[in-house]
Amino acid sequence: MKTRSTSRAFTLLLRRDLTLAFRQRAEMINPLLFFVLVTALFPLGIGADPGLLRSIGPGIIWVAALLAAMLSLDSVFRSDFEDGSLEHFLLSAHPLSILVLAKTLAHWLITGLPLLIVAPLLGLLLDLSAEAVWTLILTLALGTPVLSMVGAIGVALTVGLRRGGMILSLLVLPLYVPVLIFAANAVETASAGLPITAHLSLLTALLALACSLSPVATAAALKISLS
Amino acid sequence: MWRFFHQMGSPKHFYRIAGAWIPWLALLCAGFMLVGLYQGLWVAPADYQQGESYRIMYVHVPAAWMSLFIYVVMAGAGAIGLIWHMKLAEVMAISSAHIGASFTFLALVTGSIWGKPMWGTWWVWDARLTSELILLFLYLGVIALHNAVEDKRTAARATSILAIVGVVNIPIIHYSVEWWNTLHQGPTVTKFDAPSIDVRMLIPLLLMAVAFKLFYAVVVLMRARCEILQRERNTRWVRQLADGS
Repeated sequence: MKTRSTSRAFTLLLRRDLTLAFRQRAEMINPLLFFVLVTALFPLGIGADPGLLRSIGPGIIWVAALLAAMLSLDSVFRSDFEDGSLEHFLLSAHPLSILVLAKTLAHWLITGLPLLIVAPLLGLLLDLSAEAVWTLILTLALGTPVLSMVGAIGVALTVGLRRGGMILSLLVLPLYVPVLIFAANAVETASAGLPITAHLSLLTALLALACSLSPVATAAALKISLS
Repeated sequence: MWRFFHQMGSPKHFYRIAGAWIPWLALLCAGFMLVGLYQGLWVAPADYQQGESYRIMYVHVPAAWMSLFIYVVMAGAGAIGLIWHMKLAEVMAISSAHIGASFTFLALVTGSIWGKPMWGTWWVWDARLTSELILLFLYLGVIALHNAVEDKRTAARATSILAIVGVVNIPIIHYSVEWWNTLHQGPTVTKFDAPSIDVRMLIPLLLMAVAFKLFYAVVVLMRARCEILQRERNTRWVRQLADGS
């Protein structure tokens, strides 16, 4: 059998995951629906005063995005764990961290990217200004990959457990705090008309850190979970 | 010297040596704590602003120090366990988690009790309080993961990874929270100057810090001994121990 290069394995794995996701579109739609639904619940709960909504809107949208990202995490490794492909990844000649990166990237494209598309709609619902909506999209583009990356570590640790869902949220949510703070703050700052370069730089730094460290940690966690 | 370290690596010898150390460490800890408490509660002068109620600091500040210290110890022990496959390091890491969580909780509770008369409220979303709260959640996550995995060996390795991820994240979380807070409301009443403390107040504080460290050492050794017995329950030396007593 011909051995393929690692970059080829990366693209093949990415394409495989995307194909699988497109054949089961419900899995892509559900986190999105959840995201919209949770955001829509807040005005019902606290009243529809536009000023109030405008001031807490960024936080609400980001908390909803956080929860949506967390709930969709389980699908990163679950099906591969159940049908045994995960063990094949472990046994393959390619570095596991690269394969993990491909899977995480696919997961973000499936569940994270759609959030960006509906975010403007939610911005309208919560009466955010145009700048705030743009910043929201920008922060979601920078922040949700971090959520996927950090979340993948948690999933890798809990994939073998029968009831991993609740524990996953306990593990992952505290680690999401910095992203939430910087991103929600950026949107708030933007709606006040102030520059947000610092926020975006910090979010990008978090993204770079997550990209470089989290695949390694995820790979190590997978090896332990499957041992 | 090296022989000692190798012996400490074997659960059997560790069990014996730790058992011999615990009473002495406990005695030392009790000594430091009694002197520290006496100095702190009676000898040290009252604060010119806060009066007597500042004295809760002698429990609160060491507990807060310990909460961070133990997390770093836990991650360090976890890393040693992962890299060199030392069972004892894994035992130490997981034995530390519960103690660290308790210290974090203690720091939060004492801070809250102090905050009520000082700030007029039980809780403020101050940077330090918030990051301490998140630290508690991180500890609870470690404990929850350890309880969820059935095989203790796998559980210890999984929690070690989580602890290391946490230790990378703690500075990020801390600074993000600090930044969030200063952006929101600026420096609040919560600023208190650590270095400008009176020597008569500082000495009991340091005594208490040493006492808390010793307390941690005693409890972690006790927990580690229990954990070792549980893990090694099928070996001959544990059976002999059980039969002998």
